[in-house]
This record gives sequence, structure tokens and C-alpha cells, in this order.
Amino acid sequence: MSDLLAARSQMAMSLGFHIIFAVIGVAMPLMMTVAEWRWTRTGDPAYLALARRWAKGAAILFAVGAVSGTVLSFELGLLWPRFMEWAGPIIGPLFALEGFAFFTEAIFLGIYLYGWHHLRPALHIAAGAVVTASGVTSAVVVTAANAWMNTPAGFESADGFPRNIQPWTVMTNPHALHESLHMVLAAFAATGLLVAGIHAVLILRGAHDNFHRHALAIALLVGGIPTLLQPLSGDALTKAVAAHQPAKLAAMEALFHTAQGASFHLGGLPDEESQSVLYALEIPRALSLLLYLDPQATVVGLDRTPRQDWPPVAVVHVAFQIMVGAGLVMMILVLWAAWRWKQGRLYVDRTLLWCLTLGAPLGLLAIECGWVVTEVGRQPWIIYEIMRTSEAVTPMPGIVVPFILFTLLYGLLALIVVWTLWRHIAATERPDPLSGSPRAPALPGGEVNVG
Amino acid sequence: MTPDHLLAGMLLGALVLYVLTGGADYGAGVWTLLARGKHGHLHRALIDRSIAPIWEANHVWLILIVTILFAGFPRAFALISTALHLPLTALLVAIVLRGSAFVFRTHDAKPRTDQDASQVFWRYVFAGSSVLAPLMLGTIIGAIASGRLSRRLPSFFDLFVAPWFGVFPLFVGCFTLALFVFLAAIYLIFETRDHRLQDDFRLRALVLWMVVSSLGAIILLLSRSGAPDIYDGLLHTNGGLIILGLTSIAGLLSLAGLMFRWFSTARAAAAVQVTLIVLGWAFSQYPYLVVPDVKLPEAAAPLPILRLLIWSLLIGGLVLFPSLYYLYRLFKSHALFTPPPANEANCPSSDILSENAARHDKKAGTM
Repeated sequence: MSDLLAARSQMAMSLGFHIIFAVIGVAMPLMMTVAEWRWTRTGDPAYLALARRWAKGAAILFAVGAVSGTVLSFELGLLWPRFMEWAGPIIGPLFALEGFAFFTEAIFLGIYLYGWHHLRPALHIAAGAVVTASGVTSAVVVTAANAWMNTPAGFESADGFPRNIQPWTVMTNPHALHESLHMVLAAFAATGLLVAGIHAVLILRGAHDNFHRHALAIALLVGGIPTLLQPLSGDALTKAVAAHQPAKLAAMEALFHTAQGASFHLGGLPDEESQSVLYALEIPRALSLLLYLDPQATVVGLDRTPRQDWPPVAVVHVAFQIMVGAGLVMMILVLWAAWRWKQGRLYVDRTLLWCLTLGAPLGLLAIECGWVVTEVGRQPWIIYEIMRTSEAVTPMPGIVVPFILFTLLYGLLALIVVWTLWRHIAATERPDPLSGSPRAPALPGGEVNVG
Repeated sequence: MTPDHLLAGMLLGALVLYVLTGGADYGAGVWTLLARGKHGHLHRALIDRSIAPIWEANHVWLILIVTILFAGFPRAFALISTALHLPLTALLVAIVLRGSAFVFRTHDAKPRTDQDASQVFWRYVFAGSSVLAPLMLGTIIGAIASGRLSRRLPSFFDLFVAPWFGVFPLFVGCFTLALFVFLAAIYLIFETRDHRLQDDFRLRALVLWMVVSSLGAIILLLSRSGAPDIYDGLLHTNGGLIILGLTSIAGLLSLAGLMFRWFSTARAAAAVQVTLIVLGWAFSQYPYLVVPDVKLPEAAAPLPILRLLIWSLLIGGLVLFPSLYYLYRLFKSHALFTPPPANEANCPSSDILSENAARHDKKAGTM
């Protein structure tokens, strides 16, 4: 494995690991806050129990997200020192903003998790709302920095270093809004459906009380609305990619040859050697229609990009198709659930509950694939058409060693997190022996249970 | 003051705050390792309770420092993260393990006993990584100060090991660890009303005071060859001598405070002492960010970016500091905003109650 490939793999693995915790850290606080707010409105103790139980899970996920995020901020320099030396002043202010947003998030999460007895409910809910708002802000700012790598703007390149940097133009680079919106919607959609799936399986296992019903309803609401909005945001982002990164778009759609009235490839495996797509279902003119609302429009293919500047076509195309497919299945699930909910049969439709369970990981899968499309699709550039990834990599040899080290570390952590959360989930199935009432948490969220 | 100096000053300020807050959290983790004997479980419970609501917020100072560094002084960031790849990687592994082990331990689904196998395992991971992180952090700072980063023979050892693997950087690592552990011991005195625990941590703080003082003296001697800039800056300039003098006075005050149980004085003096040590390092290294390659003001980002960063930090601070104050007000009022705990007789304490509860559990277990 070359050092460049090892560095890219380590970055991909670190991002792929962190993003799961990051999106849950963005969306979970909203769900806890909504549950607690419903408790103050209805007085139903199941809502309070739910807020506390979710808060306990969120505490673990948030901590792992915080430390793996720290790793990423250092890895920017550890793996790509020349990129950071060049682009640090350009994207640095965005990261500084993210630093503050993250600070606010960590402070108010501490207040939320440990402040059940210190704060009036209204203030406690407000703390949860601040956590949500700062989580969304972090996501927007960091994604805007990534968008700048795709559509660099707001500087002049002279004698090897950027000059005349215009921070506002950097922050509002052409993809900033599209990418950020897509990411924030994805965070809520993926987390909502993940949590809905978990509570669906518990209802299937016989838990027919308010705790799991409320949980399912809130999770489907928080995840469902963004799921339905996501195609619009995805459409806008794809059009922006077509406008600014034709090679990435061509790889996403496996379009080797520029064509008027380009057809859409459903599925399929692109072969770069023969410049063809195997096993794909071709829908004539559909790509032109989707992108430009004109079946005769010209779509630029990979043939307009020099061969050495192609991204890995097969990876990008397959990841893109999986992302879109997962999103579509999620939409169907949400619409189906909404229909059954209107009929009052959401909690008893076992087929639906089974499908929700099976669909639980789809959002996270779509997010991982989406990042593959963004990052692999930008290759061989680290800053699109400005700096190559190979120019940015550290001179340190043997990067495969830290790559393996972090892979093992994160693999182990993932197993432990899943196991620990499973214990939390299993705990909601057993009645609490102290209070006699089922599913009431024995201790307020976050209190230390040792000694 | 020019923008590059102002931003460098803010960077230093953030580092001081990280050391005083996040640093002490690492120190508390080290005390978990040393919590033995009949009060051991009480120490651990006290430490967990003390750091739980605040450690994540305290940790964010580090992230802020990194972002200011790469936005404002990109060359320094690139150089440090290349030459010090290995200790930085070790630091990151320690940070990941510490944070994860802490939440796995304190957020388990159901209460576990202190002696449960998984509790013991995570406790050792937490404590071990709390030792490793300050060691690496100090080694990195020692390496930056020592001017070893610029040795450029084209071998792996010279490029990636020699910059930090030396007597001076490693001793600075040990010194950093000792400082953090010292701070934590003094802070923990304020976290309890239980006299036995206060006495335990007072004694520990006194021992660590000796360790910190000896290591400090050794490092000053080592810097003569290990980091000549630091040695000259501290001993051969008036400013350096003043800082050294003030550090010694603060050190003696913290010692007196511990001996005579003026705990508030001891804590304030210890915080001043640690702050002065960080300032002394920065002062003697000035104008270098990384000796001897990266220097103010050349290393700084373009002027508009520096201005933007300074304004962002100032405006961000308007949100950050009130929020931090609120956090500490909520959870640390007993330690920060009420009169010092010294010499209160027979105050019923939650620690004694929890010990009774533990005893009761034990009895119930044997019956």
C-alpha cells in the first residue's frame, strides 16, 4: 500500500467513523428536547423517561464523536500538511467558527445531561435547544469548508500561495449552501429512522406501552420530514455538481461520453478500460431531463476530462446509486408509516414495523456513500483543480501503520459502543424493580453510578 | 500590538485555559490510577463526579487551539504535524481512549459495583490514557521549544523521531504530567466536604509539589543544552528573571497554602504558578513559534485573515465565556463560588453517606 493510499484510507476511515457519531450528535438532542417538551405539555411520564433514556445514549455517542472529531482536526495536518499550510488561512476561519459552535454544544450538553435537578424544565429544554442549534451550526460550517475544497473560491493564487483572500466569498462558495443543507437533512433523516427502527423492533418484541410508541412517533417525525425534503436538496446539489465539477458528475452517472439527450444508468458497474457500463438499465434521455429539464440537453461526459484526472468511476457511481436508492426506500417507509399513522395503525402493523427495523441503518449507509461520492469523486484533487491530493500528503513514510492502528482502535470502539447501547436498549425492556413501574429510569440521566 | 502578536497571545491564552481546566481533568484521571487503600473507591467516585459535567467542554480548548494554529499560523501547524507525527498520534490515541473509557464507565445502562471486571478494565484504560496524553502533550511542547524540528538528515530517525525523542522533550513531558496531577489534587480538595478525603488530597498535593519543583529545576538545568533559547530567555533577560521569581513565589505560596490549610490561597497560587510556567515558556521562546524555523510575524496568515480570526475570537468569546460561567455556576458552585471547605467540623457529607451505603451493600452481600 503506497503512503498516499494509506493516508487517504486513514482519512476516509476516520471520517467514516466520525460522521456516524457526528450526525447522531446533531439530531439526537432535538429528539430528546422534543420528548421533554411533550412531557411538560402532556404530563405523560413516558415522555420524560424517554428523554432521559435517549440522553444517556446520546452522552456516549457524543463523547465518542467529540474525541474522534479531535482526531480529524489533527489528521488534517498529520496526513495533509501541505494542504493545510496552503489552505489553512482560507478554511481556518470556518473551522474556528466550528470550534465555537462545538464549545457551545459541549457546554450545554453538559448542562442538559447533568442538570435535570438543577434547572426548571423550561430552562432545561432551552439547554437542549441550544445543543441542537449549535450542533446544526457546526455541521453547516464544517460542510461549507468541505464544499470549498470542491468549489474553491474567494482567493487569488500567486507565487505558490493564496493571496487576497475574501472570507465571505470562501464561506459562500458555490457548493456551500447545497452541501450543508444536504448534510443537515441527512443527519436528521438518518438518525430519526435509525432510532425509529430500534423502537420498532422493541414494539415487535411485545413492548406495547407509551414509552416505545412515543419514541417511534417522535423519531419518525424528526427523521421523516427531512427524508421527504432530501430529494429536493439532492437534486439542487447534483445540478450544482454538474455546473462546477463535470468530471464528478460524469463519474456519478457513469457517463463516459459527452452526449446530447444523455441516458440515465440505473445500477450497473462502470468499466474504465472499455469505457462502458455493464449490467445497467439505461433510461434514454433521462439524465438530460433530470439535470436540465430538457431531454435534448448536452451532458458533459468523462471524455472532456484528461484520463489522468478521472476519479475512480466505478466507486463513485456505485456509491451514488446506493445513496439514492437508500434515500428512495427511506421515503417509501416514511410515507407508508404516515399513512398507517393516519389510520391509527402505526403501532400494530407488524409488516411496517419489520420494514422499519430492516430500514434502520439505511440513512447511515446513505451518508457513508454520500461522502464517498463527495470525496472520491473529487480525486485526484484535494482542492478541485488547484492542488492534487498527491501534492498534499505528508512526507512521513509508513502511514500504513497509523492507518492500521486507528482502524483497529475504531473497530474495537464501534463494537463496544454498539454493545453498550444495546445494554441501554435492553434495559428499557425490563420493568424497573425499584419503582415498580415499567420503563421508568432508575436514576436521572447522567448520574454517576459507581461506588 | 500587531494582529499577529495579538492572535499569538490569544493562542497562548487558550493554551493556559486548556492547561488549567482540561489539564486538571487529565490529572484527575491519573489520581484514579493511584486511588488505593481504604478510601480508594471514595476517591474514584469523587473524581468521576467532579469531572463528569465539564470534561468535554474543557477538552474543546484543545480543538480551538488547533484551529487557531492552522488558520493563523499555517506553517507552524504544517511543520509541527509533520515532524511530530508520532507523539501527536500517540496523543490522539490517548485522547480517544480516555474519553471513550470515561463514558463507558460512567454511562453504563445499570449501576455496577466498583469491582466489576468491566469497571476495573475501563478504569485502567481511563487512567493509563490520562497518563499518556499529558506526557505526549509535554513532549510536543518540549520538542517545539528545543529547536530539534529543523534537523534535516534524510533518514526516518532524523526526520520523525529525533525531533522529540530527547532528554529535554521527554522531561518536559514528565513535568507536564506532574503539573496536571498537582493541579488536580488541589482542585479535588474543594470537591468534597469529607475531611478524610480533603486530607488525602492535601497530602497528595504536597507530594506532587515536591515532584513539580524538582522536575522544574531539572528542566531549567537541562534546557541549557536541550533548549538554549529557553535557558537564555529565562536566566539572561530581566523579563525572564522576573517570571522565574514570580513563579517561585507562587510556588512557595501554594506550598504554604497546603501546609497551613489555606486551601483557597493554595489553589490560586498553584493556578498562577502553572500559568507563569506556560508564559515563561512562551516568553523565552519569543519570537519563535517553532524554534528555530517559524517566527513571528513572517509565519502568520495574511493580515485580513488575522483580523477576521481576532474578531471571531472576540465575538465568540462573548458567547463562550458566559456559557462557561453558567456551566461552572451550575455544577461547580460548591468548589468555586462558596467559601473554602477548610476546617468545617463534622459536616455531614455525601461521601460519608455514600460510603455508608457501600458498606450497607457489602453487608447485604455477605448475608
